[in-house]
Amino acid sequence: MAQSRQTNDNLWTLITAPTIWALHFLASYVVAAIHCAPNEDIFQPIAETRIMVGVITAIALVLIGLVLWRSFGEWRRHGGGYRHNEDTDIDRERFLEFSTVLLAALSFVGVVFVGLPALLVADCR
Amino acid sequence: MSEATQMPEDTGRPPDAEAVRRGQEERLEKVWETPKGWRYWSAVNNTEVGIWYTATSFAFMLFAGVLGLMVRVQLAVPENDFLTATFYNQVFTLHGTVMMFLFAVPIFEAVAIVLLPQMLGARDLPFPRLSAFGYWCFLIGGVFVSGSIFFGAAPEGGWFMYPPLTTQERFTPGYGPDIWLLGLSFIEVASIAAAVELIVGTLKCRPPGMRLNLMPLYAWYVLVVAGMILFAFPPLIAGDILFELERLFHWPFFDPERGGDPVLWQHLFWIFGHPEVYIVFLPAIALVAMIVPTFARRPLLGYSWIVLAAVGTGFLSFGLWAHHMFATGLPAISLGFFSAASEAVAIPTGVQIFVFIATLWTGRVVHSVPMLFVSGALAVFVIGGLTGVMVALAPFDWQAHDTYFVVAHLHYVLIGGMLFPLVAGVYYYWPLVGSRRLSDRLGRIAFWLMFVGFNLGFFPMHLSGLIGMPRRVWTYPAGLGLDLPNLLSTIGAFIFATGILIIVFDILRPKGKQPYAERNTWQAGTLEWLAEVPGKDWGVRSVPIVTTRYPLWEQPGFVEDYDQGRFYLADAEEMKRETMVTSVLDGEPVQCLRVPGNTFMTMFAAILLGSVFILATFHFWYATIVAMVATTISILVWLWRGTAMIPEKPEKDVGLGLTLPLYMSGPKSVGWWAMFITMVGDGTAFLSLVFAYFFYFTIHPEFPPAGVDGPGLFWPMVSLALMLGAWAAARIALRVNRAGSVGIARALMAAGVALALAGGAALVWAPFAAGLDPVVHVYQATVWVIVIWTAAHVAVGALMLAYCLARSFAGKLTPVYDIDISNVALYWHFMAGTALITVATIALSPLAA
Repeated sequence: MAQSRQTNDNLWTLITAPTIWALHFLASYVVAAIHCAPNEDIFQPIAETRIMVGVITAIALVLIGLVLWRSFGEWRRHGGGYRHNEDTDIDRERFLEFSTVLLAALSFVGVVFVGLPALLVADCR
Repeated sequence: MSEATQMPEDTGRPPDAEAVRRGQEERLEKVWETPKGWRYWSAVNNTEVGIWYTATSFAFMLFAGVLGLMVRVQLAVPENDFLTATFYNQVFTLHGTVMMFLFAVPIFEAVAIVLLPQMLGARDLPFPRLSAFGYWCFLIGGVFVSGSIFFGAAPEGGWFMYPPLTTQERFTPGYGPDIWLLGLSFIEVASIAAAVELIVGTLKCRPPGMRLNLMPLYAWYVLVVAGMILFAFPPLIAGDILFELERLFHWPFFDPERGGDPVLWQHLFWIFGHPEVYIVFLPAIALVAMIVPTFARRPLLGYSWIVLAAVGTGFLSFGLWAHHMFATGLPAISLGFFSAASEAVAIPTGVQIFVFIATLWTGRVVHSVPMLFVSGALAVFVIGGLTGVMVALAPFDWQAHDTYFVVAHLHYVLIGGMLFPLVAGVYYYWPLVGSRRLSDRLGRIAFWLMFVGFNLGFFPMHLSGLIGMPRRVWTYPAGLGLDLPNLLSTIGAFIFATGILIIVFDILRPKGKQPYAERNTWQAGTLEWLAEVPGKDWGVRSVPIVTTRYPLWEQPGFVEDYDQGRFYLADAEEMKRETMVTSVLDGEPVQCLRVPGNTFMTMFAAILLGSVFILATFHFWYATIVAMVATTISILVWLWRGTAMIPEKPEKDVGLGLTLPLYMSGPKSVGWWAMFITMVGDGTAFLSLVFAYFFYFTIHPEFPPAGVDGPGLFWPMVSLALMLGAWAAARIALRVNRAGSVGIARALMAAGVALALAGGAALVWAPFAAGLDPVVHVYQATVWVIVIWTAAHVAVGALMLAYCLARSFAGKLTPVYDIDISNVALYWHFMAGTALITVATIALSPLAA
């Protein structure tokens, strides 16, 4: 059932999506900190910062989307299913793929959450 | 006791098979025997160390509980003077500190050291001496920190030690903060040691056939939490270094008059402190994940969802640290990021709770004391979770910040999310430890006292907080509406404490006349319940082949095959302690690992290392240096005599026709993994120091400040070249040695030592020659601290290469048996990265500015 163009899932592929979430979080925080940390003009609009956070968020969502698309597709091609307790290579692979799907979905929501303040907050107050 | 019925003597096999089996058991018993008399304390086996660890952290909890009760007595009535204000500060600081550092985190490690090998069908974890070393560090550091209160010298700045309250003598005179910082830094050594042990154990010491999708959920949680420790504790160690340099030598990291900033401490502390909450919570929930299926009499629903929850929480919990800092004046957009992440973490947390509820819903629940505590835990934790969502909203937090509302929230989360599940675990797993069941009747009484007492004690705190009672106040005036809620809280606290006392009584009461518990007394399905009653020192009779998640339920004849020694490693022909190493994904056998036996070396090393920290606390500098040298020697002796031993033969038959190597180096070996994982933690501490540099870089319009020169380019570049030379020497030495050119390899190791020492010296020379005085301004201080960190690591790298050279001359490091140089070469990868980042930060970044 294994197909040549498929990824071999392991612990690293499992944590790819949350790692992207973490990097997105860090990047957003640093961008805001650089703009707002030594800031005397706290009432000035921070359009560039917000746009940068928006761009970072879009990139992160695309990357997580790719992880989601890949793992979802492979999980389906391996027969899908929600029980992965068989003692076979394919079941271990399916388990990792489905867990990756779940983590990617959570990370996607997490990135959307963290990106939201850039939509709503207009200055450095 | 049903052992006789489960292990029939009459198996229908010829009598010589029985004799073989008995012979095997005698050898195993002899090899794994616990030493007697005073030598008992030289034990390193997880069955002993884990139990000492658990008992010690419980004792610390009782001590901290008494401190908590003293706080409640003081606050029972307005304008009380049961404690003096200063002593009250010491009491609440130590209450929080001990509960977090000496109970909540260590108990996870303690329980995991007891349970994990059993759950994974391993004889022991891969580094038993490291566990023992960690335990002794924990005991010494814990007694040092806790004991300070009996001399009136305990820290009094709160468990978070915010500067400048704690850094300036005029606010907090005495040794209190030093005891806190040095004592706890020392204990962090133990935490990180245990994290290394647990990660390698979970990944590499599972039984054959236990693929990732069949691993017990407890092991998933352990893996996640130990990984979190690697990223959470090092920032605090970095913070501790900065803090102590300020206290001991007046380097101005947190002093705004010289460019420092107290908020940096808050960042470093909470990057540790928030994940810490989940480091405490997840292992307790892991116990629930083992208890619920047993009493629901069905496998846990949604295995993948639990993995999602554990891994997801592990990540998201790092994005929450600044929600402890909503009131520090950070810009709203930053607060928004942290608030959003704080809300997001509710998703995986909620998933876990729903998975448990769904499993119970669809199973046939058997009522029992462990289940009673689990249900209490879920109820209490959900309330704490809801108030958590409230305080995660910045505007609400601005109102509730530093009030008793937060005290109520955190106790609901910690007691519901950690203490109740842990007590459930105590009642559930006691038969494995003490061979007898604890009393059902006492358990129920204890539960109801604890549940009612807890809610009576902590629910009114929500109200006193909303009325406006601040945290950490020594007393309060009458007539503000605080009198009744505080009195109720105190009464509740004592009822709660009575419940705890009953549990302590239940554990300690003599049970000699009580019959042994049945084997697998709760009819559970996972491997730890294979243990015979009373337990044996050997860990597992034979290393089983696992093909299901609940082998005791789902694999027919499993227990009998296990008892008869029909699986792997049923014998100890060479009279050595052995366990199996398997592959990460599928648990395929790769090595028969010899684990080291009992020794006092670990205790000596811990005592010496402890004396380094304790002597430094009281500024006995010469004695500190002597202790440092002695510690280094003791660790070298320990390694020399106990690690990378060349086996008497290259491989052995482990049973069932399988032959495995006895020695392995490189990425397949456990030692390589341990080095890699340690380096990840070490690298995190280093990056925290670099974070400090760039934190100042962002908050100061000019950094370095005008008129101050950096260390220049020349000497840092020279040192970088030398350090990279040492890196190349170490890497090439590994290859050349493996290819058989031992002479060239030795020359390269010697060259590596020289290059490393020269590189370190050049690095230290750079700021020295440029006249950077660390006391003047935070810029100079930060450059110096990064330089010293790197130089110390280069020195350690040089020592490692010298050690390999000596091992090569002694014939303990050969082209075939090369794990020492293999691990040291790996260290040098990290060292080269550290050197590059250091030079880029201190020499190149001033040019960019």
